[in-house]
Amino acid sequence: MYDLIRRCIEGDVRAVARLITLLESGDREAYAALYRLKDHAGRAQVIGITGPPGAGKSTLADKLIAQFRSRGLKVGVLAVDPSSPFSGGAILGDRLRMQGHATDPGVFIRSLAARGSLGGISKATHAAIRVLDAAGYDIVLVETVGVGQSEIDIVRVADMVVLVSVPGLGDDIQVIKAGIMEIGDIFVVNKADRDGADRVVREIRAMLELQAQLKRGQTPEGGPDTLAARAPEFLHHTGLAEGWQPKAGNESGAPGEKESITTPKPGVLPEAGTVSAALVNQEAGTISAALIIPPVLKTIAETGDGVKELADAIFSHFETLSRTGELERKRLESIRYQLGQFVSNEIVHLMSLPELAAAQDELAHKVFSRKMDVYSAGIALFHTIIEQGASHEHPQA
Amino acid sequence: MERKIRVLIAKPGLDGHDRGAKVIARALRDAGMEVIYTGLRQTPEQIVSAAIQEDVDVIGLSILSGAHNHLFPRVVELLKQSGAENVLVFGGGVIPEEDIPFLKSKGIAEVFGPGTPTSKTIEFIRANLKRPLN
Repeated sequence: MYDLIRRCIEGDVRAVARLITLLESGDREAYAALYRLKDHAGRAQVIGITGPPGAGKSTLADKLIAQFRSRGLKVGVLAVDPSSPFSGGAILGDRLRMQGHATDPGVFIRSLAARGSLGGISKATHAAIRVLDAAGYDIVLVETVGVGQSEIDIVRVADMVVLVSVPGLGDDIQVIKAGIMEIGDIFVVNKADRDGADRVVREIRAMLELQAQLKRGQTPEGGPDTLAARAPEFLHHTGLAEGWQPKAGNESGAPGEKESITTPKPGVLPEAGTVSAALVNQEAGTISAALIIPPVLKTIAETGDGVKELADAIFSHFETLSRTGELERKRLESIRYQLGQFVSNEIVHLMSLPELAAAQDELAHKVFSRKMDVYSAGIALFHTIIEQGASHEHPQA
Repeated sequence: MERKIRVLIAKPGLDGHDRGAKVIARALRDAGMEVIYTGLRQTPEQIVSAAIQEDVDVIGLSILSGAHNHLFPRVVELLKQSGAENVLVFGGGVIPEEDIPFLKSKGIAEVFGPGTPTSKTIEFIRANLKRPLN
Protein backbone atom coordinates (compact mmCIF):
# COMPACT_ATOMS: atom_id res chain seq x y z
CA MET A 1 0.00 0.00 0.00
CA TYR A 2 2.87 2.36 0.81
CA ASP A 3 4.31 1.77 -2.64
CA LEU A 4 0.93 2.46 -4.26
CA ILE A 5 0.58 5.76 -2.40
CA ARG A 6 4.13 6.78 -3.32
CA ARG A 7 3.43 6.10 -6.99
CA CYS A 8 0.20 8.14 -6.76
CA ILE A 9 2.09 11.13 -5.41
CA GLU A 10 4.51 10.75 -8.31
CA GLY A 11 1.51 10.95 -10.62
CA ASP A 12 1.59 7.33 -11.87
CA VAL A 13 -1.74 6.94 -13.70
CA ARG A 14 -2.14 3.22 -13.03
CA ALA A 15 -1.49 3.71 -9.32
CA VAL A 16 -4.03 6.55 -9.15
CA ALA A 17 -6.61 4.41 -10.94
CA ARG A 18 -5.98 1.42 -8.67
CA LEU A 19 -6.12 3.45 -5.46
CA ILE A 20 -9.47 4.93 -6.51
CA THR A 21 -10.76 1.38 -7.12
CA LEU A 22 -9.69 0.35 -3.62
CA LEU A 23 -11.35 3.41 -2.10
CA GLU A 24 -14.53 2.72 -4.06
CA SER A 25 -14.55 -0.82 -2.68
CA GLY A 26 -14.30 0.55 0.87
CA ASP A 27 -10.85 -0.98 1.43
CA ARG A 28 -10.02 0.00 5.02
CA GLU A 29 -6.29 -0.32 4.48
CA ALA A 30 -6.46 2.13 1.58
CA TYR A 31 -8.42 4.66 3.64
CA ALA A 32 -5.99 4.28 6.51
CA ALA A 33 -3.09 4.97 4.14
CA LEU A 34 -4.62 8.20 2.84
CA TYR A 35 -2.97 10.21 5.58
CA ARG A 36 0.26 9.85 3.62
CA LEU A 37 -1.26 12.13 0.99
CA LYS A 38 -1.75 15.03 3.36
CA ASP A 39 1.51 16.83 2.58
CA HIS A 40 0.57 16.83 -1.09
CA ALA A 41 -3.04 17.92 -0.74
CA GLY A 42 -4.97 21.17 -0.86
CA ARG A 43 -3.47 22.51 -4.06
CA ALA A 44 -6.14 21.52 -6.57
CA GLN A 45 -9.12 23.72 -7.29
CA VAL A 46 -12.19 21.53 -7.03
CA ILE A 47 -15.05 22.45 -9.33
CA GLY A 48 -18.41 20.73 -9.22
CA ILE A 49 -20.67 20.59 -12.25
CA THR A 50 -24.26 19.71 -11.54
CA GLY A 51 -27.65 19.98 -13.20
CA PRO A 52 -30.49 17.85 -14.56
CA PRO A 53 -29.95 14.80 -16.82
CA GLY A 54 -29.26 15.81 -20.39
CA ALA A 55 -28.47 19.43 -19.55
CA GLY A 56 -25.08 19.03 -21.21
CA LYS A 57 -22.83 18.66 -18.16
CA SER A 58 -20.45 16.16 -19.80
CA THR A 59 -20.20 18.13 -23.03
CA LEU A 60 -19.57 21.28 -21.04
CA ALA A 61 -16.94 19.43 -19.00
CA ASP A 62 -15.29 18.29 -22.22
CA LYS A 63 -15.04 21.87 -23.47
CA LEU A 64 -13.90 23.16 -20.07
CA ILE A 65 -11.09 20.58 -20.02
CA ALA A 66 -9.85 22.06 -23.31
CA GLN A 67 -9.97 25.56 -21.77
CA PHE A 68 -8.00 24.51 -18.72
CA ARG A 69 -5.47 22.62 -20.84
CA SER A 70 -4.94 25.66 -23.05
CA ARG A 71 -3.96 27.50 -19.85
CA GLY A 72 -1.39 24.81 -19.07
CA LEU A 73 -3.30 23.21 -16.21
CA LYS A 74 -3.51 19.48 -15.51
CA VAL A 75 -7.09 18.31 -15.15
CA GLY A 76 -8.56 15.39 -13.22
CA VAL A 77 -12.20 14.51 -13.87
CA LEU A 78 -14.54 12.43 -11.73
CA ALA A 79 -17.78 11.73 -13.56
CA VAL A 80 -20.55 10.14 -11.51
CA ASP A 81 -23.46 8.22 -13.02
CA PRO A 82 -26.24 6.33 -11.26
CA SER A 83 -26.09 2.68 -10.23
CA SER A 84 -29.07 0.40 -10.72
CA PRO A 85 -30.88 -0.10 -7.42
CA PHE A 86 -31.90 -3.50 -8.78
CA SER A 87 -28.77 -5.10 -10.24
CA GLY A 88 -26.12 -2.81 -8.73
CA GLY A 89 -24.72 -2.41 -12.23
CA ALA A 90 -24.24 0.87 -14.06
CA ILE A 91 -23.74 2.38 -17.47
CA LEU A 92 -21.08 5.04 -17.11
CA GLY A 93 -21.52 7.18 -20.20
CA ASP A 94 -20.14 10.60 -19.27
CA ARG A 95 -16.71 9.66 -20.52
CA LEU A 96 -18.11 9.21 -24.02
CA ARG A 97 -18.24 13.02 -24.44
CA MET A 98 -14.71 13.49 -23.17
CA GLN A 99 -12.87 10.73 -25.03
CA GLY A 100 -11.08 13.32 -27.16
CA HIS A 101 -8.88 13.91 -24.11
CA ALA A 102 -8.22 10.20 -23.45
CA THR A 103 -4.64 10.18 -24.65
CA ASP A 104 -3.65 13.57 -23.23
CA PRO A 105 -1.24 12.82 -20.35
CA GLY A 106 -2.40 16.04 -18.65
CA VAL A 107 -5.95 14.73 -18.29
CA PHE A 108 -7.20 11.90 -16.08
CA ILE A 109 -10.84 10.90 -16.41
CA ARG A 110 -12.49 8.44 -14.07
CA SER A 111 -16.13 7.34 -14.13
CA LEU A 112 -17.69 6.56 -10.76
CA ALA A 113 -20.96 4.76 -10.16
CA ALA A 114 -23.10 6.30 -7.40
CA ARG A 115 -23.40 2.85 -5.71
CA GLY A 116 -26.51 3.64 -3.75
CA SER A 117 -25.64 7.19 -2.68
CA LEU A 118 -28.52 9.53 -3.35
CA GLY A 119 -26.83 12.91 -3.01
CA GLY A 120 -25.53 13.13 -6.59
CA ILE A 121 -22.00 11.84 -5.94
CA SER A 122 -20.65 8.54 -4.66
CA LYS A 123 -19.32 7.79 -1.19
CA ALA A 124 -15.74 7.54 -2.46
CA THR A 125 -15.85 10.82 -4.42
CA HIS A 126 -14.30 12.90 -1.66
CA ALA A 127 -11.40 10.48 -1.20
CA ALA A 128 -10.90 10.25 -4.98
CA ILE A 129 -10.64 14.07 -5.14
CA ARG A 130 -7.88 13.94 -2.54
CA VAL A 131 -6.01 11.32 -4.57
CA LEU A 132 -6.16 13.41 -7.76
CA ASP A 133 -5.13 16.49 -5.79
CA ALA A 134 -2.09 14.71 -4.36
CA ALA A 135 -1.24 13.27 -7.80
CA GLY A 136 -0.69 16.81 -9.05
CA TYR A 137 -3.86 17.69 -10.96
CA ASP A 138 -4.38 21.45 -10.77
CA ILE A 139 -8.10 21.26 -11.40
CA VAL A 140 -10.42 18.51 -10.25
CA LEU A 141 -13.72 18.61 -12.08
CA VAL A 142 -16.51 16.61 -10.45
CA GLU A 143 -19.55 15.95 -12.59
CA THR A 144 -22.53 14.77 -10.55
CA VAL A 145 -25.24 12.40 -11.67
CA GLY A 146 -28.11 14.16 -13.40
CA VAL A 147 -29.87 15.74 -10.45
CA GLY A 148 -33.40 16.79 -9.62
CA GLN A 149 -34.08 19.26 -6.84
CA SER A 150 -32.34 18.09 -3.72
CA GLU A 151 -29.12 16.22 -4.54
CA ILE A 152 -26.64 18.72 -3.18
CA ASP A 153 -23.76 16.66 -1.75
CA ILE A 154 -21.46 18.22 -4.34
CA VAL A 155 -21.46 21.43 -2.30
CA ARG A 156 -19.78 19.47 0.52
CA VAL A 157 -16.79 18.41 -1.56
CA ALA A 158 -16.25 21.13 -4.17
CA ASP A 159 -14.72 24.58 -3.74
CA MET A 160 -17.32 25.94 -6.11
CA VAL A 161 -20.35 24.65 -7.97
CA VAL A 162 -21.35 25.35 -11.55
CA LEU A 163 -25.07 24.76 -11.86
CA VAL A 164 -26.13 23.93 -15.40
CA SER A 165 -29.69 24.58 -16.48
CA VAL A 166 -31.43 24.50 -19.84
CA PRO A 167 -34.47 26.25 -21.32
CA GLY A 168 -37.84 24.61 -21.03
CA LEU A 169 -37.77 23.00 -17.59
CA GLY A 170 -40.43 25.01 -15.84
CA ASP A 171 -41.59 28.41 -14.73
CA ASP A 172 -40.08 30.94 -12.37
CA ILE A 173 -41.40 29.13 -9.30
CA GLN A 174 -38.89 26.37 -10.01
CA VAL A 175 -35.97 28.73 -9.55
CA ILE A 176 -37.06 29.98 -6.13
CA LYS A 177 -37.55 26.51 -4.66
CA ALA A 178 -35.21 25.34 -1.96
CA GLY A 179 -32.41 22.91 -2.70
CA ILE A 180 -30.38 22.73 -5.83
CA MET A 181 -30.88 26.37 -6.82
CA GLU A 182 -29.20 27.45 -3.58
CA ILE A 183 -25.84 25.84 -4.24
CA GLY A 184 -24.68 27.47 -7.47
CA ASP A 185 -21.62 29.73 -7.42
CA ILE A 186 -21.95 30.17 -11.16
CA PHE A 187 -25.16 29.55 -13.08
CA VAL A 188 -25.01 28.35 -16.66
CA VAL A 189 -27.92 28.27 -19.07
CA ASN A 190 -26.74 25.74 -21.63
CA LYS A 191 -28.28 25.08 -25.05
CA ALA A 192 -28.69 28.84 -25.17
CA ASP A 193 -29.62 28.72 -28.85
CA ARG A 194 -32.97 27.28 -27.85
CA ASP A 195 -36.14 29.26 -27.33
CA GLY A 196 -36.59 30.59 -23.86
CA ALA A 197 -32.92 30.78 -22.88
CA ASP A 198 -33.09 34.48 -22.15
CA ARG A 199 -36.16 33.98 -20.02
CA VAL A 200 -34.36 31.39 -17.89
CA VAL A 201 -31.41 33.76 -17.51
CA ARG A 202 -33.75 36.54 -16.39
CA GLU A 203 -35.57 34.30 -13.93
CA ILE A 204 -32.37 33.02 -12.36
CA ARG A 205 -31.00 36.54 -12.09
CA ALA A 206 -34.20 37.81 -10.54
CA MET A 207 -33.99 34.97 -8.02
CA LEU A 208 -30.36 35.75 -7.21
CA GLU A 209 -31.01 39.46 -6.80
CA LEU A 210 -33.96 38.82 -4.54
CA GLN A 211 -31.82 36.45 -2.52
CA ALA A 212 -29.12 39.11 -2.15
CA GLN A 213 -31.70 41.66 -1.05
CA LEU A 214 -33.12 39.30 1.54
CA LYS A 215 -29.67 38.57 2.85
CA ARG A 216 -28.80 42.25 2.93
CA GLY A 217 -31.80 42.85 5.15
CA GLN A 218 -30.36 40.33 7.59
CA THR A 219 -26.86 41.76 7.67
CA PRO A 220 -26.57 43.27 11.15
CA GLU A 221 -24.30 46.21 10.41
CA GLY A 222 -25.64 46.28 6.91
CA GLY A 223 -28.59 48.55 6.60
CA PRO A 224 -30.11 49.17 3.23
CA ASP A 225 -27.09 50.94 1.82
CA THR A 226 -24.50 48.22 2.25
CA LEU A 227 -25.20 46.46 -0.98
CA ALA A 228 -25.33 49.70 -2.88
CA ALA A 229 -21.98 50.70 -1.45
CA ARG A 230 -20.57 47.47 -2.70
CA ALA A 231 -22.26 47.65 -6.04
CA PRO A 232 -19.07 47.92 -8.07
CA GLU A 233 -17.83 44.74 -6.47
CA PHE A 234 -21.03 42.88 -7.24
CA LEU A 235 -21.29 44.20 -10.73
CA HIS A 236 -17.78 43.01 -11.22
CA HIS A 237 -18.77 39.49 -10.29
CA THR A 238 -22.12 39.30 -11.92
CA GLY A 239 -21.08 40.53 -15.28
CA LEU A 240 -23.83 43.11 -15.09
CA ALA A 241 -21.29 45.85 -15.56
CA GLU A 242 -20.70 45.09 -19.19
CA GLY A 243 -24.16 45.18 -20.60
CA TRP A 244 -25.26 41.74 -19.70
CA GLN A 245 -28.66 41.98 -21.31
CA PRO A 246 -28.88 39.89 -24.43
CA LYS A 247 -28.89 42.27 -27.34
CA ALA A 248 -32.19 43.24 -28.80
CA GLY A 249 -32.56 42.05 -32.35
CA ASN A 250 -30.35 39.05 -31.77
CA GLU A 251 -33.21 36.61 -32.10
CA SER A 252 -31.42 33.56 -30.79
CA GLY A 253 -29.73 35.46 -28.00
CA ALA A 254 -26.88 33.08 -28.63
CA PRO A 255 -23.51 33.47 -27.04
CA GLY A 256 -20.57 33.94 -29.29
CA GLU A 257 -21.89 37.47 -29.35
CA LYS A 258 -18.92 38.20 -27.17
CA GLU A 259 -20.09 41.45 -25.63
CA SER A 260 -23.30 39.92 -24.39
CA ILE A 261 -21.64 37.30 -22.23
CA THR A 262 -18.13 38.51 -21.65
CA THR A 263 -16.89 38.24 -18.11
CA PRO A 264 -15.78 41.67 -17.03
CA LYS A 265 -12.07 42.19 -16.89
CA PRO A 266 -10.63 43.60 -13.71
CA GLY A 267 -10.11 47.29 -13.95
CA VAL A 268 -12.97 47.91 -16.36
CA LEU A 269 -14.93 49.60 -13.63
CA PRO A 270 -13.45 52.75 -12.24
CA GLU A 271 -11.70 51.93 -9.01
CA ALA A 272 -13.33 48.55 -8.70
CA GLY A 273 -10.14 47.09 -7.33
CA THR A 274 -9.80 49.91 -4.80
CA VAL A 275 -13.29 49.51 -3.56
CA SER A 276 -12.99 45.81 -3.00
CA ALA A 277 -9.57 46.10 -1.38
CA ALA A 278 -10.93 48.74 0.96
CA LEU A 279 -13.83 46.51 1.86
CA VAL A 280 -11.55 43.62 2.62
CA ASN A 281 -9.39 45.79 4.87
CA GLN A 282 -12.34 47.37 6.55
CA GLU A 283 -13.88 44.10 7.54
CA ALA A 284 -10.69 42.08 7.90
CA GLY A 285 -11.41 39.95 4.88
CA THR A 286 -14.83 38.92 6.05
CA ILE A 287 -16.96 39.79 3.05
CA SER A 288 -19.61 37.15 3.18
CA ALA A 289 -19.97 34.99 0.12
CA ALA A 290 -23.67 35.48 0.67
CA LEU A 291 -23.20 38.97 -0.66
CA ILE A 292 -21.53 37.90 -3.89
CA ILE A 293 -24.21 37.59 -6.52
CA PRO A 294 -23.35 34.57 -8.69
CA PRO A 295 -22.97 35.25 -12.41
CA VAL A 296 -25.42 33.73 -14.89
CA LEU A 297 -23.79 32.74 -18.18
CA LYS A 298 -25.13 31.39 -21.44
CA THR A 299 -23.35 28.58 -23.25
CA ILE A 300 -23.81 26.26 -26.19
CA ALA A 301 -21.59 23.40 -25.04
CA GLU A 302 -21.97 21.53 -28.32
CA THR A 303 -20.22 24.32 -30.26
CA GLY A 304 -18.16 25.64 -27.37
CA ASP A 305 -19.83 29.06 -27.44
CA GLY A 306 -19.52 30.84 -24.12
CA VAL A 307 -17.20 28.23 -22.60
CA LYS A 308 -14.14 30.47 -22.56
CA GLU A 309 -16.21 33.05 -20.67
CA LEU A 310 -17.31 30.33 -18.27
CA ALA A 311 -13.68 29.37 -17.61
CA ASP A 312 -12.89 33.06 -17.02
CA ALA A 313 -15.78 33.33 -14.58
CA ILE A 314 -14.55 30.20 -12.76
CA PHE A 315 -11.08 31.65 -12.27
CA SER A 316 -12.48 35.02 -11.32
CA HIS A 317 -14.66 33.36 -8.72
CA PHE A 318 -11.71 31.42 -7.32
CA GLU A 319 -9.83 34.66 -7.04
CA THR A 320 -12.73 36.15 -5.06
CA LEU A 321 -12.97 33.06 -2.88
CA SER A 322 -9.31 33.17 -1.91
CA ARG A 323 -9.16 36.95 -1.54
CA THR A 324 -12.13 37.04 0.82
CA GLY A 325 -11.05 34.05 2.89
CA GLU A 326 -14.19 32.29 1.75
CA LEU A 327 -12.20 29.41 0.22
CA GLU A 328 -10.69 28.53 3.59
CA ARG A 329 -14.03 28.81 5.30
CA LYS A 330 -15.62 26.50 2.72
CA ARG A 331 -12.83 23.95 2.95
CA LEU A 332 -12.99 23.94 6.73
CA GLU A 333 -16.76 23.47 6.54
CA SER A 334 -16.25 20.60 4.10
CA ILE A 335 -13.75 18.94 6.45
CA ARG A 336 -16.20 19.27 9.36
CA TYR A 337 -18.84 17.60 7.21
CA GLN A 338 -16.48 14.82 6.12
CA LEU A 339 -15.57 14.18 9.75
CA GLY A 340 -19.23 13.78 10.58
CA GLN A 341 -19.68 11.47 7.60
CA PHE A 342 -16.69 9.43 8.65
CA VAL A 343 -18.09 8.93 12.14
CA SER A 344 -21.50 7.89 10.75
CA ASN A 345 -19.82 5.44 8.40
CA GLU A 346 -17.76 4.01 11.26
CA ILE A 347 -20.88 3.50 13.35
CA VAL A 348 -22.58 1.75 10.44
CA HIS A 349 -19.48 -0.39 10.06
CA LEU A 350 -19.38 -1.26 13.78
CA MET A 351 -23.05 -2.22 13.71
CA SER A 352 -22.28 -4.78 11.05
CA LEU A 353 -19.85 -6.59 13.38
CA PRO A 354 -21.31 -9.88 14.68
CA GLU A 355 -21.22 -8.98 18.40
CA LEU A 356 -23.14 -5.76 17.80
CA ALA A 357 -25.57 -7.37 15.41
CA ALA A 358 -26.26 -9.84 18.24
CA ALA A 359 -26.74 -7.02 20.76
CA GLN A 360 -29.11 -5.27 18.35
CA ASP A 361 -31.05 -8.48 17.89
CA GLU A 362 -31.34 -9.01 21.64
CA LEU A 363 -32.57 -5.47 22.24
CA ALA A 364 -35.05 -5.78 19.38
CA HIS A 365 -36.54 -8.82 21.07
CA LYS A 366 -36.80 -6.94 24.37
CA VAL A 367 -38.70 -4.16 22.67
CA PHE A 368 -40.89 -6.66 20.87
CA SER A 369 -41.82 -8.41 24.14
CA ARG A 370 -42.41 -4.99 25.75
CA LYS A 371 -39.64 -5.34 28.30
CA MET A 372 -38.10 -2.17 26.91
CA ASP A 373 -39.17 0.71 24.75
CA VAL A 374 -37.42 1.47 21.49
CA TYR A 375 -35.80 4.70 22.74
CA SER A 376 -34.09 3.29 25.83
CA ALA A 377 -33.08 0.23 23.80
CA GLY A 378 -31.59 2.61 21.23
CA ILE A 379 -29.62 4.42 23.91
CA ALA A 380 -28.38 1.11 25.32
CA LEU A 381 -27.29 0.01 21.84
CA PHE A 382 -25.57 3.32 21.24
CA HIS A 383 -23.52 2.92 24.44
CA THR A 384 -22.56 -0.61 23.42
CA ILE A 385 -21.42 0.74 20.05
CA ILE A 386 -19.30 3.44 21.69
CA GLU A 387 -17.63 0.88 23.99
CA GLN A 388 -17.02 -1.40 21.06
CA GLY A 389 -15.63 1.49 19.02
CA ALA A 390 -13.18 2.37 21.79
CA SER A 391 -11.70 -1.11 21.71
CA HIS A 392 -11.75 -1.18 17.93
CA GLU A 393 -8.51 -1.23 15.96
CA HIS A 394 -7.08 2.10 14.88
CA PRO A 395 -5.30 1.28 11.64
CA GLN A 396 -3.31 4.52 11.64
CA ALA A 397 -2.11 4.51 15.23
CA MET B 1 -15.33 -6.21 0.58
CA GLU B 2 -15.92 -7.43 -2.95
CA ARG B 3 -15.12 -5.19 -5.90
CA LYS B 4 -17.50 -4.55 -8.76
CA ILE B 5 -16.56 -5.99 -12.13
CA ARG B 6 -15.70 -3.02 -14.36
CA VAL B 7 -15.95 -3.38 -18.13
CA LEU B 8 -15.00 -0.98 -20.91
CA ILE B 9 -17.07 -1.37 -24.06
CA ALA B 10 -15.50 0.30 -27.07
CA LYS B 11 -15.86 0.42 -30.81
CA PRO B 12 -12.54 0.69 -32.59
CA GLY B 13 -12.46 1.43 -36.27
CA LEU B 14 -14.64 3.46 -38.54
CA ASP B 15 -18.01 1.74 -38.78
CA GLY B 16 -20.92 3.56 -37.21
CA HIS B 17 -23.02 0.68 -35.93
CA ASP B 18 -23.13 0.53 -32.15
CA ARG B 19 -26.35 -1.35 -31.55
CA GLY B 20 -24.55 -4.56 -30.62
CA ALA B 21 -22.20 -2.71 -28.30
CA LYS B 22 -25.13 -1.03 -26.57
CA VAL B 23 -27.01 -4.31 -26.17
CA ILE B 24 -24.03 -5.97 -24.51
CA ALA B 25 -23.42 -2.88 -22.32
CA ARG B 26 -27.00 -3.05 -21.13
CA ALA B 27 -26.84 -6.80 -20.49
CA LEU B 28 -23.66 -6.45 -18.43
CA ARG B 29 -25.23 -3.62 -16.45
CA ASP B 30 -28.17 -5.88 -15.64
CA ALA B 31 -25.68 -8.52 -14.53
CA GLY B 32 -24.44 -6.06 -11.89
CA MET B 33 -21.31 -4.87 -13.67
CA GLU B 34 -20.15 -1.27 -14.09
CA VAL B 35 -19.89 -0.60 -17.79
CA ILE B 36 -17.94 2.33 -19.17
CA TYR B 37 -19.21 3.06 -22.64
CA THR B 38 -16.79 5.02 -24.81
CA GLY B 39 -18.70 5.10 -28.05
CA LEU B 40 -17.80 5.05 -31.71
CA ARG B 41 -14.57 5.40 -33.67
CA GLN B 42 -12.05 4.90 -30.92
CA THR B 43 -8.37 4.37 -31.63
CA PRO B 44 -6.59 1.53 -29.80
CA GLU B 45 -4.59 4.24 -27.96
CA GLN B 46 -7.77 5.93 -26.69
CA ILE B 47 -9.24 2.59 -25.64
CA VAL B 48 -6.18 1.47 -23.68
CA SER B 49 -5.69 4.86 -22.05
CA ALA B 50 -9.34 4.88 -20.93
CA ALA B 51 -9.08 1.28 -19.69
CA ILE B 52 -6.14 2.19 -17.48
CA GLN B 53 -7.71 5.33 -16.03
CA GLU B 54 -10.93 3.46 -15.40
CA ASP B 55 -9.03 0.48 -13.92
CA VAL B 56 -11.25 -2.02 -15.71
CA ASP B 57 -11.11 -5.81 -15.48
CA VAL B 58 -12.42 -6.36 -18.98
CA ILE B 59 -12.41 -4.68 -22.40
CA GLY B 60 -15.11 -5.63 -24.89
CA LEU B 61 -14.39 -4.58 -28.48
CA SER B 62 -17.08 -4.50 -31.11
CA ILE B 63 -16.30 -4.09 -34.78
CA LEU B 64 -18.14 -4.51 -38.04
CA SER B 65 -15.78 -2.86 -40.47
CA GLY B 66 -13.44 -5.80 -41.06
CA ALA B 67 -10.38 -4.17 -39.48
CA HIS B 68 -10.40 -6.53 -36.49
CA ASN B 69 -7.19 -8.38 -37.45
CA HIS B 70 -5.32 -5.14 -37.16
CA LEU B 71 -7.14 -3.29 -34.35
CA PHE B 72 -7.84 -6.08 -31.82
CA PRO B 73 -4.20 -7.27 -31.52
CA ARG B 74 -3.08 -3.63 -31.30
CA VAL B 75 -5.22 -3.13 -28.18
CA VAL B 76 -3.67 -6.20 -26.52
CA GLU B 77 -0.19 -5.05 -27.49
CA LEU B 78 -0.72 -1.55 -26.02
CA LEU B 79 -2.08 -3.06 -22.80
CA LYS B 80 1.11 -5.12 -22.51
CA GLN B 81 3.27 -2.07 -23.16
CA SER B 82 1.44 -0.22 -20.38
CA GLY B 83 1.90 -3.11 -17.94
CA ALA B 84 -1.84 -3.76 -17.87
CA GLU B 85 -1.84 -7.32 -19.19
CA ASN B 86 -4.24 -8.43 -16.45
CA VAL B 87 -7.14 -6.97 -18.43
CA LEU B 88 -9.33 -9.57 -20.14
CA VAL B 89 -10.06 -8.66 -23.78
CA PHE B 90 -12.93 -10.11 -25.78
CA GLY B 91 -14.33 -9.23 -29.18
CA GLY B 92 -17.66 -9.17 -30.93
CA GLY B 93 -19.27 -8.08 -34.15
CA VAL B 94 -18.98 -9.43 -37.63
CA ILE B 95 -15.86 -11.56 -37.55
CA PRO B 96 -15.27 -14.45 -39.98
CA GLU B 97 -14.78 -17.86 -38.34
CA GLU B 98 -11.37 -18.32 -39.96
CA ASP B 99 -9.98 -15.16 -38.31
CA ILE B 100 -10.76 -16.33 -34.77
CA PRO B 101 -7.71 -18.62 -34.26
CA PHE B 102 -5.44 -15.77 -35.32
CA LEU B 103 -7.12 -13.32 -32.92
CA LYS B 104 -6.89 -15.82 -30.07
CA SER B 105 -3.20 -16.32 -30.77
CA LYS B 106 -2.83 -12.55 -30.39
CA GLY B 107 -4.37 -12.53 -26.92
CA ILE B 108 -8.07 -11.95 -27.61
CA ALA B 109 -9.63 -14.27 -25.03
CA GLU B 110 -12.85 -14.97 -26.93
CA VAL B 111 -14.86 -13.77 -29.90
CA PHE B 112 -18.65 -13.65 -29.77
CA GLY B 113 -20.44 -13.55 -33.10
CA PRO B 114 -23.93 -12.28 -33.90
CA GLY B 115 -26.67 -14.18 -32.09
CA THR B 116 -24.56 -15.14 -29.07
CA PRO B 117 -26.85 -15.13 -26.00
CA THR B 118 -25.71 -12.33 -23.65
CA SER B 119 -25.75 -14.86 -20.79
CA LYS B 120 -22.86 -16.65 -22.48
CA THR B 121 -20.76 -13.48 -22.52
CA ILE B 122 -21.60 -12.75 -18.88
CA GLU B 123 -20.58 -16.28 -17.80
CA PHE B 124 -17.41 -16.04 -19.82
CA ILE B 125 -16.42 -12.77 -18.12
CA ARG B 126 -17.11 -14.09 -14.62
CA ALA B 127 -15.13 -17.27 -15.27
CA ASN B 128 -12.10 -15.64 -16.87
CA LEU B 129 -11.30 -12.50 -14.86
CA LYS B 130 -7.56 -12.07 -14.58
CA ARG B 131 -7.54 -10.47 -11.15
CA PRO B 132 -9.43 -11.38 -8.01
CA LEU B 133 -12.53 -9.49 -6.88
CA ASN B 134 -11.41 -9.21 -3.28
